[in-house]
Amino acid sequence: MRKDYNLEKRKFVIAGFIIVVVCIYIARLFVLQVGDSTYKANADSNAFIERVIYPSRGLIYDRNDSLVVYNQPAYDLVMIPKDVQPFDTLDLCNTLQISREVFEKRLADMRKGRNYSGYTQQIVMNHLSAEDYGRLQEKLFRFPGFYIVQRILRQYNYNAGANILGDIREVNQRDIDNDSYYKSGDYTGDLGVEKSYERWLRGRKGSEILIRDALGKIKGRYNDGANDIMPEAGNDLHLSIDIKLQELGERMMRGKVGAIVCIEPKTGEILALVSSPSYDPSLLIGKERGKNYAMLLNDPRMPLFDRSIMAAYPPGSTFKPTQGLIFLQEGVITLSTAYPCHRGFISGGMRVGCHGHGSPIPLKPALQTSCNAYFCWGLKHMLENKKKYGSIGNAFEVWKKHMVSMGYGYKTGVDLPGESRGFIPNKAYYDKNLGEGKWSAYSIISDAIGQGEILATPLQIANLAATIANRGYYITPHVVRRIDGVGVPKKNLERHETTINKSYYPSIVEGMRMAVTGGTCRGANIAGWEVCGKTGTAQNPHGRDHSAFMGFAPMSDPKIAVAVYVENAGFGATFGVPIGAVMMEQYLNGKLSPAREAVANRMANTSLYSAKLYGGKKSENKDKKSDKKEVKKESKPEVKPQSSDNNGTTE
Amino acid sequence: MELRSNDSENRTLLKSIDWITIVLYAILIVAGAVSIYAATYNFDKASMFDFSGFSGKQFMWAGLSFILGLSLLLIDRRIYEAYAYPIYGVMILLLIVTIFVAPDIKGSRSWLVFGPVSLQPAEFAKFATALALAKLFSTYGFALNNWKNYAIAGGIIVLPILCIILEKETGSALVYTSLIFVLYREGMSGFVLFAALCAITYFVVVLKFATVMLMGIPLGTFIAFVIVMVLTVGMLLFYCRSFVMGRNVLLAYVAGGLLTWGLSYLGVHINGYVFFGIMVGGTVIYLLYGMLHDDMRRVLVTIGFIVASVIFMFTVDFAFNHVLQEHQQKRITVVLGIADDPRGVGYNVNQSKIAIGSGGILGKGFLNGTQTKLKYVPEQHTDFIFCTIGEEEGFVGSTIVLLVFLALILRIITLAERQHTTFGRVYCYCVASYLIFHLSINIGMVLGLCPVIGIPLPFFSYGGSSLWGFTFLLFIMLRIDADRANYGVW
Repeated sequence: MRKDYNLEKRKFVIAGFIIVVVCIYIARLFVLQVGDSTYKANADSNAFIERVIYPSRGLIYDRNDSLVVYNQPAYDLVMIPKDVQPFDTLDLCNTLQISREVFEKRLADMRKGRNYSGYTQQIVMNHLSAEDYGRLQEKLFRFPGFYIVQRILRQYNYNAGANILGDIREVNQRDIDNDSYYKSGDYTGDLGVEKSYERWLRGRKGSEILIRDALGKIKGRYNDGANDIMPEAGNDLHLSIDIKLQELGERMMRGKVGAIVCIEPKTGEILALVSSPSYDPSLLIGKERGKNYAMLLNDPRMPLFDRSIMAAYPPGSTFKPTQGLIFLQEGVITLSTAYPCHRGFISGGMRVGCHGHGSPIPLKPALQTSCNAYFCWGLKHMLENKKKYGSIGNAFEVWKKHMVSMGYGYKTGVDLPGESRGFIPNKAYYDKNLGEGKWSAYSIISDAIGQGEILATPLQIANLAATIANRGYYITPHVVRRIDGVGVPKKNLERHETTINKSYYPSIVEGMRMAVTGGTCRGANIAGWEVCGKTGTAQNPHGRDHSAFMGFAPMSDPKIAVAVYVENAGFGATFGVPIGAVMMEQYLNGKLSPAREAVANRMANTSLYSAKLYGGKKSENKDKKSDKKEVKKESKPEVKPQSSDNNGTTE
Repeated sequence: MELRSNDSENRTLLKSIDWITIVLYAILIVAGAVSIYAATYNFDKASMFDFSGFSGKQFMWAGLSFILGLSLLLIDRRIYEAYAYPIYGVMILLLIVTIFVAPDIKGSRSWLVFGPVSLQPAEFAKFATALALAKLFSTYGFALNNWKNYAIAGGIIVLPILCIILEKETGSALVYTSLIFVLYREGMSGFVLFAALCAITYFVVVLKFATVMLMGIPLGTFIAFVIVMVLTVGMLLFYCRSFVMGRNVLLAYVAGGLLTWGLSYLGVHINGYVFFGIMVGGTVIYLLYGMLHDDMRRVLVTIGFIVASVIFMFTVDFAFNHVLQEHQQKRITVVLGIADDPRGVGYNVNQSKIAIGSGGILGKGFLNGTQTKLKYVPEQHTDFIFCTIGEEEGFVGSTIVLLVFLALILRIITLAERQHTTFGRVYCYCVASYLIFHLSINIGMVLGLCPVIGIPLPFFSYGGSSLWGFTFLLFIMLRIDADRANYGVW
C-alpha cells in the first residue's frame, strides 16, 4: 500500500501534542518543587491527620421523663506504633497496673489484628478506670506515640428493663461491611431499643483535620478548622415504659420464668415488658462486658431470651374470647345459644375435660367459668358447617383469617429486635401433618381452648386484651413514644382493625367482667375500678401447667391491658391473676393498697425455680433469624409448626 | 510476497527487534517496581522481594511479564493479523461476562476473581481493540472517506467503552477515546480532533473556575472567552492565511482590552458579558464582511467555530447550574478536583501536591519520603504512585521519568511510521495513543492539573493486569515491527 505523505505529516501533530503536554508537566513540577517556596514550606514534612470526634449517644427516658440510660465518659489508651519512641515500659505497666507480660502480649495481639497498621491509631487498653486515667494523664508526655481517646459508656439508673433497653458493643466486621458509617472501634446497639433505634441514638461522628509535623506534634488545625465536621449528638428516646411499673413487675417475677406485658390500649404504648429471669443491664458495660455476656449466654435459664416477645406459649383459656368473637361474627352462636357441659366436651368418642358448673350455659357464663366444652362445641359447629363454607378447610381458613386480624400468627411489629410470630395453623399445615381430607373438627378441637398447635407470645396476648378493651382495633404495640427531634415513628401509630364487627365486643367484655366479679379471676378485683379479665391454665409437656392471665381495666375507657404468663406455676388464678392485679392497681392508682402490697411481696418471695425441671428444653436456635428462633413448642413437641413452606399463617 | 523459513526468521528476529523500545520498557518496569517498594515501605516488613507485600508481588508480575513478552515475540505476526477479529470478539464477550459475574470491589465491577488472582479484562481489551482497528484499516479499499466507514471504526472503539462503563470503570473506558489520534492519523478531518480538544478545554475551564468572579462574570467563562479569542486570531492567521484580518482582529482585541482596563481605573466597570459580546459579536460581523474578498469557505468555518464555541460554553454553564441537581453538581466538581474536599478526592490531590512539592530538586532520597508513607493518599501505590517519585527523587528524578516516557512514545511513533503495512502502522499508533492518554491524565491528575480520573501510570502503578496489558500491547507491536521487512508492498 502506498504511503500518503500528506497524512504522514500528522505524526508531528501527535508527537507535538505529547511533547507539549510533557513540557507543561515539567514546568509544573518545576513550580511545585523548585519555584514555589510556599508549597515547600507548607509541605516540608507536614502531614494531615484526621481525628474522629465521637458524638454523645442519645439518652433514654421513661414515660414519666425519668432518666433511665445516660452516658459516662470512658478512656481508651491508644498508640500510633510508628510514632512510638523508646520508653520506659515498666513505668507504663506500673501506671496501668498490669504486668509486663500482659502488656507485651497485648501488643503482640494488636499486631496480629486484621486492621493493624503502623500508621494509624491502635487500641492498647480500653475503658481505663478514672484512677488509671488520672495517673496516666500526668505522665503521658513520657510515652510519645501514646494517646488517650475519650469514649462513651452507658450507665443505667435502674436495675430494670434490660430486655427493653439492650446494650452497646463494639462493632464487628459484619457491621462494618454492612454499614459504611462504622469504623473499627465504633460502638453499636446490640439488643433492645439500643439496636432497633441505633440509627437515631448513635448521632453522627464528627472529625477534625489537624496538621502534624514530622515529630508527631500537632501544629494546628487545617484551614483553621473550616473543614472540620462537628459531631451531632444522638436523638434522645422517650420510652412508653413506666420504669416504676417495670421494676415492680420484675420484682414480682423473681424466681419465676415467664413474662408480663402491659399496654395502654388506646395508643398501643407498652407500659411494662417484663421477662423473667432478667439481669442487671449494668452487667453489660465496659471492661467486664465480654465476661458477663458469656455468663448470661450460658445461663441455662436464658436471661437474654426476652420471653415477653420471643417465647411462644400455648395461650390456654386466655384464647377463649377470640373464639366467642369469631363464633358471633360467623353466626355460629348468638348470645342465647347454650351448649351442654357435663364436666367436659363429650362428642364423637372424645372428651375434653372441664370443671363443675351449670349446664347448658350461654356465652357470657361460659367465659365467666372458662367452660372448655362451650368453645369446643362452637368450633365443631363452625367447622362442620359445609353449607356455609363448603369444606372444613375453607371454614378453617376463615377462622384463621379472623385470628390473624386479632394480631395472632404474625409479628405484631413491636419496635424491638427478635420478636416471635407465635403460631396459628392453617389448612395447609393440617393437610400436611394430618393428611389431606383426614382431619376433622375433632382432630383440632383443642385449638378452641388455646391448646393444640396454637402458640402466642405474651405480647400477643396483651395485645389481644388491648384489642378487646378497644372494642375491635389495636395500635401496633411499641416501647418508644417519641424520638426527640424526629417525632413519633410512623409505624408506632398504625391502627389495625379486626375483622369482627364492633357490636360483638361488649358481650365478650361483659363475660370477662363476670369472670372477675364471680368467676375464675376474682382475685383481680381492684376497689374503685371495673376490672375485666380471663385466666388461662395451659397444659404443656414440661411439667406443671403454665399460669396465665389476660385483662384490662377499667371496663369503659380502659387505661391498661395486661397479660401475665408464668411457666409451670399451675392455675391461672394462683400466679397470673394476682400479679396482673398488682400491675393494674399500681398503674391505675399510682400506688398499692396495703393488701395488694402484701400480695406483691408474696409473689416476689415465691420461687418456683426449685420445683421446675428447666434447662434441657430451651430453644437453642436463639441466635438464628428472629422469625424462626422462637419455636418454643410447649404442648405438642412432636409437631414442627414452623415447617418452611407449610407455615400455618403464611398468606 | 515470500516468507523465509522459521529457522532463519528466528535468527533475524534478534537483529530486527527494536532494542531501544525494550530497554525503555525495562527501565520503566524496574523503576516502577522499586517505586512501589518505596510507596508501601513499612518499618516492620523490610524485604523488597517479600511476596506477601506489594513490591514483592509487583516484582513477580514484572518477572512474569518479561517471560510473557519473550513468548509473545515468538508468535508469528500473521496470527495476530488473521485472528484480530476473533480476539476482539472474545475480549468483548469477556468484558460483558465481567459485568455480570464480577464482585463489587470499591464500587466497580471490573475484576474477575480467580482465587488469589484478580484480573481486569478492561486492560487486556486494549490490545484486542488495537488489533481489530488495525485489521479494519488494512482491509483493502478501506478509508475514512464516508460515514459508513467512520461508523464501523467508531463502533470498534465505542463497544469496549460501553462495556467498561457498565463495569463502572469510567476511567479505563475513557482511555479508548484516545484512539481518536489514530483516526486522525488515518485521515479523519483535523477539525474533529481540534473540536474535541477545544470542547474538553472549555468544559474543564468553565466548571473549574466557575466560582470566582471577574468583571461580573465567572472566571471560567472569562478564560474560555479569552481562549476563543486567541484561537480565532490563530485560525485567521494560519488557517485562513489572512494576515490582514488576523492583525486587525488582534489589534481590536488588544485595544478593547486596554480600553476596558483603563476605564476600570476611572471607575467605569464594564460587565464582562457586554465586553465579550462586543468583541466576539464584532469579530463575527467583521468576518462576514471579510468573506466577500477572502477565502469564503475558510472564513465561514472560522465563524462557525466562534459561534459553536460560545454556544457550547453557555450550554455547559447552563446545564450545570440549572439542569443538574445539587448532588450531581457536587459529584462533578469533586471528580474534576474543583470542590475543596479535603477528605475525598481533593484531599488526595492536595496531599499529592504537598508530597511532590516537598521533594525539592533532588528529592529526599530513596525510602526517605515521609509524606507518601503516611497512608494519607489512599491510592499511593496505584494511581498516585508518581507522588512517591516526586517526593523521593525530586524534580530531577520526576523529569527523567517523564522524559523516558516521552522517549518511549516518540519511539513508538517512529516505529509506526516505518511500517510498510497499514496494519502495522495503525497498531503502533494505537499503542502510542493509549500511552499518551495514560501519561497525560495520570500525571496531570497527580500534579493537580487534570480532573481526577482513576487510571494507572503504565509500568509504575501497582497491579498485574495493567502491567500485563501494556506488555501485550508493546511486545505484539515489537513482533509486528520485527517482521516489517517481510510484509507489505513497498
